[in-house]
Amino acid sequence: MVAPSNLQVITMMPKTPADVFEALSLYGYIPDEGLATSVFLAMVLQRPLLLEGEAGVGKTEVAKVLSRWTGGELIRLQCYEGIDVSQAVYDWDYSRQLLHLRASEATGESLGLTTSALEQQLYHERFLLKRALLKAIDHGNELPPVLLIDEVDRADDEFEAYLLEVLSEYQVTVPELGRFAAAKPPIVVLTSNRTRDVHDALKRRCLYHWVEHPDFEREVRIVRMRVPQALDRLARQVAGAVETLRGLNLYKPPGVAETIDWAQALAAMGVNELDERTVNATLGTVLKYREDQDRTRQHGIADLVKQAFDRGIQTS
Amino acid sequence: MTDTHTEHTPAERMAVAFARVLRGAGLRAPTGSVLTFVDALGRLHLDSRDEVYWAGRATLVRNPEDIPLYDRSFQVFWEFASGGHVEEPEPPMHITLAVDDDSDEGDADQGGSEPSDEPQITLRFSAMEVLRHKDFANYSLEELRDAQELMSRLRFIGPPRRSFRNHRSRRGRKPDLPATLRSALRTGGEPIRRHWKEPGDRLRRLVLLVDVSGSMEPYARALLRFVHAAVSGRQKVEAFAIGTRLTRVTRELDSRDPDKALAQASTRVQDWSGGTRLGESLRNFNDQWGVRGMARGAIVVVLSDGWDRGDPQLLADEMQRLQRIAYHIIWVNPLKVTPGYAPLARGMAAALPYVDSFVEGHSMAAMEELAAVIATERRS
Repeated sequence: MVAPSNLQVITMMPKTPADVFEALSLYGYIPDEGLATSVFLAMVLQRPLLLEGEAGVGKTEVAKVLSRWTGGELIRLQCYEGIDVSQAVYDWDYSRQLLHLRASEATGESLGLTTSALEQQLYHERFLLKRALLKAIDHGNELPPVLLIDEVDRADDEFEAYLLEVLSEYQVTVPELGRFAAAKPPIVVLTSNRTRDVHDALKRRCLYHWVEHPDFEREVRIVRMRVPQALDRLARQVAGAVETLRGLNLYKPPGVAETIDWAQALAAMGVNELDERTVNATLGTVLKYREDQDRTRQHGIADLVKQAFDRGIQTS
Repeated sequence: MTDTHTEHTPAERMAVAFARVLRGAGLRAPTGSVLTFVDALGRLHLDSRDEVYWAGRATLVRNPEDIPLYDRSFQVFWEFASGGHVEEPEPPMHITLAVDDDSDEGDADQGGSEPSDEPQITLRFSAMEVLRHKDFANYSLEELRDAQELMSRLRFIGPPRRSFRNHRSRRGRKPDLPATLRSALRTGGEPIRRHWKEPGDRLRRLVLLVDVSGSMEPYARALLRFVHAAVSGRQKVEAFAIGTRLTRVTRELDSRDPDKALAQASTRVQDWSGGTRLGESLRNFNDQWGVRGMARGAIVVVLSDGWDRGDPQLLADEMQRLQRIAYHIIWVNPLKVTPGYAPLARGMAAALPYVDSFVEGHSMAAMEELAAVIATERRS
């Protein structure tokens, strides 16, 4: 998605949730009112925003669009089991430190130096590798970056406790160097798929929003925006078909991401409206489990197409 | 932070009043969150229903399960507030919200007490050894408590999995540069002594699903004590009650005090001794928790007699789904010890092909065996 070029990057704070709604829509994300309000509050209260919801409802996309809108750099931290400080916050560049040691020895520079003086040389900021969290705190920009902490539920409890500390004070301490504090706190978005509960203390620190599947009209607008080459009729039919699929009690009901994929596939095939054959051929772009595809075929592709047509004609 | 003794702003009055309504309805509204709510309201229009609603959703709700209750509370509150009653802070409001449940059976107070069927009163000296082999179905209340004592001694540390994190080792495969550098400093910058590291091990998650339906009645409470012992005795444990619905009881069982934990769990579980819909409950588990990640690479223990009133095909499908992601599935069936027992229960027969270990669960000795299976089992 290309940001509208005739608009300046917005550096000031939004004044109402409606400002956020407008800005996000402009930059390629159509929020609902609740999300717009939560994002607005997260920005003006400088609180992290925790987004939970089914996979594929567009949680990660929120951080990306915020970065496009505010112009702040997007810094992403993908969480996983076992993630620790050296991967999330900072690490020392040990190979360069060792080389530096050997070099100063070779040039005889280290001869007159005490161990602690040598150490001071080694634990210098130029040997510090800043990872996502430290980068987001020590950004040194006018524009605060957007920090995306993705799938925080995959990390361990200890890491969550550390995060809580960083997100409360917006500062990080490196024992050898001292404290780094954010001049302007980053905009922080955390996402979770709820594979386990995020600790309550962390949740209390954050504003919370449960992201739902979009309703029909909003989904049509999303498809129209993300897949501009799809005709309005096709967009409405795809959104209608997806709405039906979500009602079929599937293992993995399609999210917005799948709707967009599907519309893109259909548009790429030059399809202007759904028919039984194309749906059959492209079902794999919306439904990623064989069982779900089977269930949908049992329900009847013809019915699905018919319902999608009916839904496509209805105007609200 | 605001000084509570000065005049309250309209936002503060509104926040405090609404927090009281939420607490009355059973939602937790900690002071810190209420203060954030006040801040949020300060940035919004207090007369806009939607803005106040979403400000509260963002600051006071932390679980999607709480949203329906929040919605109803908000509705009550907003009607109340637009009637102009918010001004009056005393006395505490007791607003009881009708929370309709789709189950008509099983009141909360019924679940909170110990089993009501009075055991035969005989003088019995409960030597632990006797207890160990006694069928749970014949336990008295005191014996159940003694069993708790035994169960708390069980050890549940299961097979580890490879971790991303490395730890130092004498003869690892990867060089440990930080340690090498540190000792190089001591030897004038010459890395004479090299250090090594290798990947560490991590504990696998243990997921326990306890059947609390009618047919399991004689066993469910004893098994729940076993589950409590696991939750409080090991890290990375998740516990669920299954019956006609799925209830997560991990938090309730997290208390060290077994009586408190069990009382909390019993209150939470609304379908004690109801029917069984194993397939559906398992499907809910898979959808809401398991497939998303909780059961991935985990040891899953199902404690159930396998009597199922639902469709056995559904149960088989869901067991297969679970098997594809879990590391090991253990089915604990208290009826397995019954002489001549064959898994005749339709549900049990449907599930059995996807079970890695099928064990007994009727007595303390059986539970010890189960703990041992959890602690040592490798995928066969």
